[in-house]
Amino acid sequence: MLQASQTAPFVEFDRVQKSYDGQTLVVKDLNLSIPRGEFLTMLGPSGSGKTTTLMMLAGFETATHGEIRLGGRNINDVPPHKRGIGMVFQNYALFPHMSVAENLAFPLEVRKMDKAERDAKVRRALDMVQMGQFANRRPAQLSGGQQQRIALARALVFEPELVLMDEPLGALDKQLREHMQFEIKHLHDRLGITVVYVTHDQTEALTMSDRVAVFNDGIVQQLAPPDELYEAPVNSFVAQFIGENNTLEGIVTALDREKCVVRLDSGDEIDAKPVNVSRVGDRTRVSIRPERVEFNKARLRPDAHTLRARVEEFIYMGDMFRTRLSVAGNDEFVIKSRNAPDQVRLQPGQEIEIGWLPEDCRALDAA
Amino acid sequence: MADATISGGMPAGREARPVASGPVLAADGTPLKASLARSLRRQKARALLLIAPLLLFILATFVLPIGDMLFRSVENRIVGDTLPRTVAALREDTAPVPGEPAFVALYEDLVVAEEYKRHTQLGTRLNYEWGGASSLFRGTGRAVARFGTDVYTDQFQDADPAFEDGAQWAAWMADEAVRAALPETADAYDAWAQFTTEVGNDDPAEEEPGDMVYAALHRDLSAGAQPPGLPAVDVTGFETVSIKELLIEEDDAWGEPEIWNVLRLYAPAYTPGYYLNAVDLQKDLDGVSVRPENDRIYVTLFVRTMIMSLVITGTCILLGYPIAYLLASLPMRTANLLMILVLLPFWTSLLVRTSAWKVLLQQQGVINDILVWAGVVSDANRLVMINNQTGTIIAMTHILLPFMILPLYSVMKGIPPSFVRAAKSLGANDWTAFWRVYFPQSVPGIGAGSILVFILSIGYYITPELVGGTKGVFISNRIAYHISTSLNWGLAAALGTILLAVVLLLYWVYDRLVGIDNVKLGG
Ligand SMILES: Nc1ncnc2c1ncn2[C@@H]1O[C@H](COP(=O)(O)OP(=O)(O)OP(=O)(O)O)[C@@H](O)[C@H]1O
Ligand SMILES: [Mg+2]
Repeated sequence: MLQASQTAPFVEFDRVQKSYDGQTLVVKDLNLSIPRGEFLTMLGPSGSGKTTTLMMLAGFETATHGEIRLGGRNINDVPPHKRGIGMVFQNYALFPHMSVAENLAFPLEVRKMDKAERDAKVRRALDMVQMGQFANRRPAQLSGGQQQRIALARALVFEPELVLMDEPLGALDKQLREHMQFEIKHLHDRLGITVVYVTHDQTEALTMSDRVAVFNDGIVQQLAPPDELYEAPVNSFVAQFIGENNTLEGIVTALDREKCVVRLDSGDEIDAKPVNVSRVGDRTRVSIRPERVEFNKARLRPDAHTLRARVEEFIYMGDMFRTRLSVAGNDEFVIKSRNAPDQVRLQPGQEIEIGWLPEDCRALDAA
Repeated sequence: MADATISGGMPAGREARPVASGPVLAADGTPLKASLARSLRRQKARALLLIAPLLLFILATFVLPIGDMLFRSVENRIVGDTLPRTVAALREDTAPVPGEPAFVALYEDLVVAEEYKRHTQLGTRLNYEWGGASSLFRGTGRAVARFGTDVYTDQFQDADPAFEDGAQWAAWMADEAVRAALPETADAYDAWAQFTTEVGNDDPAEEEPGDMVYAALHRDLSAGAQPPGLPAVDVTGFETVSIKELLIEEDDAWGEPEIWNVLRLYAPAYTPGYYLNAVDLQKDLDGVSVRPENDRIYVTLFVRTMIMSLVITGTCILLGYPIAYLLASLPMRTANLLMILVLLPFWTSLLVRTSAWKVLLQQQGVINDILVWAGVVSDANRLVMINNQTGTIIAMTHILLPFMILPLYSVMKGIPPSFVRAAKSLGANDWTAFWRVYFPQSVPGIGAGSILVFILSIGYYITPELVGGTKGVFISNRIAYHISTSLNWGLAAALGTILLAVVLLLYWVYDRLVGIDNVKLGG
């Protein structure tokens, strides 16, 4: 990956806004720099403006305000066909009246490439996605996964430096989807292209990307590598959106740089890491990942605050145990523990005490 | 990558599981096929019940009339039914103008036909084939009633008063031995007795037979017949008349070969004559020949109908495609408004719209006025846009345009915008994206619209009639003329059948070229 060594960003959104109707902003003040060779995923709930952002980059929508730069050049006024950006659509958009090979030859043909070279490239692209023997089929004669590969090959055959993908795996079943995720990632690494990927599947975003931009309400909530996103969400939207998450609400009663104390609405006090709180008395929502909750007292620090909890439900999930607790008035509190030989299976109705490391519990905004 | 899981075929050896011999049995032991058929039967019966009203309706209003049309286009029993004796006689006699026996047969047939008033219908029918037939039959029919054959009647009655007695005649004619000895007399008497009962409502036994019976008796006796029980009459001294001469005297045409040729050609119960006529051919004794130059109209009309329908279809595509495209790509609200404009013609009467075109297109009409005012054409050279092909094409394009736009629109509506976007992202400019990606996918809509417009226009009638003048009318106008004015339904049926066949043929060609599954009425 070149991302660290590259100084000038390859794709740049500079204070971009977009409104369709002149009343509401679908994209609000988007600033995004993507270095060459990066795999960047835009993740967010439906209607958060991901597709709109992608379409502005591809040239099918114009930004109402701001500048989009590609390789340092302002492309606001460059028509889509001159941008040289490969694109994979959610429904694949394979031309139904052309064979697979003709679909792939299309971008080469419009670039006036001669036939021999065209054929060679088409063959290479088909082999790249292991679809060599399907060259003469019509798209309708292919399965969803096969169509997906052809769409991918078509977006790559003219060797663009930037490829956009809008929920390319949305229509596939889980197993195929995971397989294709791996393949797309593999192609990205091999070809060294820059990929901007849209999805609302967080697992997909976390497993594939170099960095993930979490969109909500037309704003990038957090732009970070997957591990940081999961472990250090900067606000409660991101914490909620990425992975499973327990929240408790309360008021900050003590605060220093490394640690704060939160008095929950039930009256209990807990330790947390201050992220989005600025002073004592702020309302906050603390967030703890289910797998970071500990109920074995021996493993907790002696001075750690603990909470009393009652087991509501125990679910056996094979590799994991998922236990739902009632904690401080929240009966949707979930903990997860690995299925290990020494692991305790909690019984519904059992009273236990739970705690965590203060750095695993993040005090975020109350919104 | 494990491609086999996605695309690979079945592993060898697993595809064909050997099935136990004999039919597969259902749970209750009956063959599975039989029990499936039983369970489907109820379903089918119910489905049939649901469509029964429509089926009956279609049968009564569509299948039967088409069957009747096909039948009428070849049916020709009128000659054989009206002139049975003549037809039989002409089978024996092949001379251009036949001899006395055929004339005698014609005389008897005409007497009967005149009683039933069928001779004028026959004249009308034969007039389609030969111009003088109608008046010939009308005139001759009137004449045969008072023909000079009464010389035989008088001579027989003078010879023996028994010949005057209707009851006596009835008795003779009931006697098998007499009938066998006097075959012609028996035949003539039967015909006379029949129409006397049916038309005159009289009892033949109380009536003196008609002249033709005495003429037949004279022929039988001259031939040497010896009927038992009749008064012996020596006919050798009788004054005779030739019926052939009488008929030719009545109308010279009977002495010429034309009418006899026509009778011979149209004697069979079924004839290809209407079809030959419909393609400007005619039957004659040596086969089939082309009609004289000034009689040929139908081929020209068929060709004109085809060409003009194609032109109309073409202009509909040219005008309709951009509108449909606009409709499919505009936002909903605007599109709906535009759609109303497209459908507006459907809400006004066809007649009103066609008349409006008359007002607009005529030489002193609105369009010419504007052109003259704008100086595009001079006042002396106003454009002729109506009562010719231009008028038909303009008015029919306008009327049929919605039938092109609607299927086009619904097909275009079904083309996702992502196709054009994909093309552009792959480097195609606007035109290439349209032509290589969008257009091919809209072809099914063009196909559906073209079929609709073409088939509608090929059978169109009112508009060409009103604005087409003489040069802009279609074959259907001619069909309508034969149905309602000339009453030559056989020819109308033949023309209609040919039109139907041409449409089916074109449909087949179209299926070959475009593929009928390439036609869509909706996305
Ligand atoms: N062509 C359009 N005209 C008007 N509004 C639009 C248009 N396209 C999108 N929008 C609106 O813009 C907002 C963002 O849409 P966008 O398609 O970018 O969402 P998204 O993040 O891609 O959602 P999803 O995950 O469902 O695909 C939505 O509220 C949508 O209703
Ligand atoms: Mg989207």
